[in-house]
Amino acid sequence: MTLNSKIPAGPIEKKWEDYKGHVKLVNPANKRKLEIIIVGTGLAGASAAASLGELGYKVKTFCFQDSPRRAHSIAAQGGINAAKNYQNDGDSVYRLFYDTIKGGDYRAREGNVHRLAEVSTNIIDQCVAQGVPFAREYGGLLSNRSFGGTQVQRTFYAAGQTGQQLLLGAYSALERQIALGNVTQYSRHEMLDVVTIDGKARGIIAKNLVTGELERHFGHAVLLCTGGYGNVFYLSTNAMGSNVTAAWKAHKKGAFFGNPCFTQIHPTCIPVSGDHQSKLTLMSESLRNDGRIWVPKKQGDTRKPNEIPEEERDYYLERRYPAFGNLVPRDVASRAAKERCDAGFGVGASKMAVYLDYADAIQRYGKIEVGKQGLDNVSKEKIIELGKAVVKEKYGNLLDMYSKITGENPYEVPMRIYPAVHYTMGGLWVDYELMTSVPGLYALGEANFSDHGANRLGASALMQGLADGYFVIPYTIGNYLADEIAVKPIPTDSPEFLAAEKATADRINTLMNIKGTKSVESFHKRLGKIMWDKCGMARNAEGLKEAITEIQALKKEFWSDVKIPGDINSFNPELDKAGRVADFIELGELMCKDALDRNESCGGHFREESQTEEGEALRDDEHYKYVAAWEFKGESDWQLNKEELIYENIKIAARSYK
Amino acid sequence: MEHYNMNLNLKVWRQKNKNDKGSLVDYKVSGISSEMSFLEMIDVLNEKLVADGKDEPIAFDHDCREGICGMCSMYINGRPHGPWAGTTTCQLHMRAFKDGDTIVIEPWRAKAFPVIKDLVVDRTAFDRIIQAGGYISVNTGNAVDANAIPIPKDDADKAFAAAACIGCGACVAACKNASAMLFVSAKVSQLALLPQGKPEAQKRVLDMVAQMDKEGFGSCTNTGACEAECPKEISLENIARLNREFTSASIMSEE
Repeated sequence: MTLNSKIPAGPIEKKWEDYKGHVKLVNPANKRKLEIIIVGTGLAGASAAASLGELGYKVKTFCFQDSPRRAHSIAAQGGINAAKNYQNDGDSVYRLFYDTIKGGDYRAREGNVHRLAEVSTNIIDQCVAQGVPFAREYGGLLSNRSFGGTQVQRTFYAAGQTGQQLLLGAYSALERQIALGNVTQYSRHEMLDVVTIDGKARGIIAKNLVTGELERHFGHAVLLCTGGYGNVFYLSTNAMGSNVTAAWKAHKKGAFFGNPCFTQIHPTCIPVSGDHQSKLTLMSESLRNDGRIWVPKKQGDTRKPNEIPEEERDYYLERRYPAFGNLVPRDVASRAAKERCDAGFGVGASKMAVYLDYADAIQRYGKIEVGKQGLDNVSKEKIIELGKAVVKEKYGNLLDMYSKITGENPYEVPMRIYPAVHYTMGGLWVDYELMTSVPGLYALGEANFSDHGANRLGASALMQGLADGYFVIPYTIGNYLADEIAVKPIPTDSPEFLAAEKATADRINTLMNIKGTKSVESFHKRLGKIMWDKCGMARNAEGLKEAITEIQALKKEFWSDVKIPGDINSFNPELDKAGRVADFIELGELMCKDALDRNESCGGHFREESQTEEGEALRDDEHYKYVAAWEFKGESDWQLNKEELIYENIKIAARSYK
Repeated sequence: MEHYNMNLNLKVWRQKNKNDKGSLVDYKVSGISSEMSFLEMIDVLNEKLVADGKDEPIAFDHDCREGICGMCSMYINGRPHGPWAGTTTCQLHMRAFKDGDTIVIEPWRAKAFPVIKDLVVDRTAFDRIIQAGGYISVNTGNAVDANAIPIPKDDADKAFAAAACIGCGACVAACKNASAMLFVSAKVSQLALLPQGKPEAQKRVLDMVAQMDKEGFGSCTNTGACEAECPKEISLENIARLNREFTSASIMSEE
């Protein structure tokens, strides 16, 4: 099958404008007759639901949590990018576009990314209008900070709770539409299949997680806004419930999966403390603005951090990448930490950690405060006290969280950090209109593969989720629905709905009847270990082949020996988790297959066979400048479709942050 | 800080469904590390229950485990979210306890939060309160430039502090009247402090308070238990602000 990305013709800065000027419209009377299903209520889902409800469509939203406000977008800390250039530091739509393409290691589409940069400014306006309390300066205007992979200050933020404030803004807009009767919300519901009729998406099978009942819902179009699949690694910064199930069901119904091996390992997370670990906690990348990362120069140094003198510390990011220093992109920072730990320079009990140190920042801010407040004869202690207060205002909630989890005081002792799985750039393949390869089925936000290439820059996930929901889908969906106005709602007792419901019920029955000996959790942990060891920060062909064999064996064992307590017709979280883990196992195999196919290092995907003499990632544009869009053919059987990436505006080059 | 292991006696509320009467059931867990989070300790117990095959695992709400989604909700030794101030259950760590301790774990208890199963309660009443007015009516695409309206930093900071509410319901669980005043006042304050929220301020406060009453939450008698137990330390000042807003809106609406 040939992939048509539907990128509009014309110069890059005119593509979106031209598209909007010529796209088909649906008149208000017809919008009232068109039904849209939205699965997932994070930034992408809630913003899409609110905006489409405002336009007059009949919308149904689904989330597995008890309220749309819980979606994991809420946990994003650092900020959201926008090309506002409020700082007068040379930012522009073009620069945001360029930084995102370069940050993504030249594996994203120019057309999509330029559109993202264009609408970024509208997002900030919209959020402020909704009452999102962004950080402000004393003059009353919005404040900005810098983030990894860029040299301008374009990140808007609300302390370390930017995701929370943006999500609650979108949630409020969604709740308003619910009150107005334009949107119906189904909480504690999980989508378990997409229903297709004559090749088009026409609805979903959802499970009411409280009663265990299956439900059939019709829609003229279905939007998946279900986030990423980082939990395939078991340990990640994702929420416990984050899963791939909705996207995976869509994949098995014909939606291609794009670049599944592109996962982001975030450099600044709290290290694993033991086998009991259920999830990992991220410390915002914004901490790298002021914190300095180092390890001892001596291997296996057992001294406490404060006992190691300055000249015996290796600030390895500043040493290796003088131009960007501690602000190199995430993939670069993560690999550099792994390199030091693998070489025996790691710190802490596990030796799998590096220091993130705030001592210098406290000194620096303290001295600035002395100047600001016009103080004389200030003691060292006073400077530190003033500096700590500034750091507390900027990063207080993050440092508090670190202190609660580790029992250590980050104002006195350097924090220990290590990379952890955080985000998945891969996802369902979509065209310019955000439609998957199944007509009428869309994917928004992290659930799609589109804008971040092989590596996402910090503060760009919130931007993309809201761009897709507020400013892209309201236009592009009309282009499809304009041709659907004559389609009457299809009764949900039609054969296709009944067949999909029966297949879902059969699978649940099969799972419950295995009555094996091992818990769902134990399988998830084992899958995670295979993925982290062999498809994690560094991969090689041999390891990936082993992983595929191991995952196939694990799958067999799961389906013959998993033990699920409770019953079908009740609130049964173990059963729900079993379904998700079964899907993660299948996805894991595809990720390894994709990673094996891509014999180059780019972004989050580092193939050991492809590196420079200095150990930097070596991309291979001649052979791999494509999006890998995998088509499901049957059990352990996929066909690779390639979408060649064309760069008309940006000259691709080796990515350097030195 | 030194790490240690401990054995604990748990008394956990078990209730099959909303119609079941429910009771506290005793469990023992051993080898719990002081480095674990409270929910990881529950994970250990649940894995044991799955292996034993006698009782079903304990149902409890949780998701982000980073203290921000507001989903976790346990009433631990008589306190919502347990003994640490300004902390959600998921961020409570086992170093708060010592070997041999008995820990009583119950769900939020309030008429407006019916139990679904074990420690899981239905908090959709909060969604309906937001639906009654917890928003600014601005459709997508209607916004002016974000810097067109400067907002004094002090107001912005106060609005942000109120907006930090995670909607977990600890305030309701802590209150002897099961009042939702802290939750409602946080949203009313956030929007009343910002110029964007002013046009709808009167209607908002009246409608949200009316919905709160309709849902069956109790009255506020200013005991301050909500503020003391709130994991995000939302201030009682917000309730004072709500009362001012409510009084002035009531007078204005009678004119």
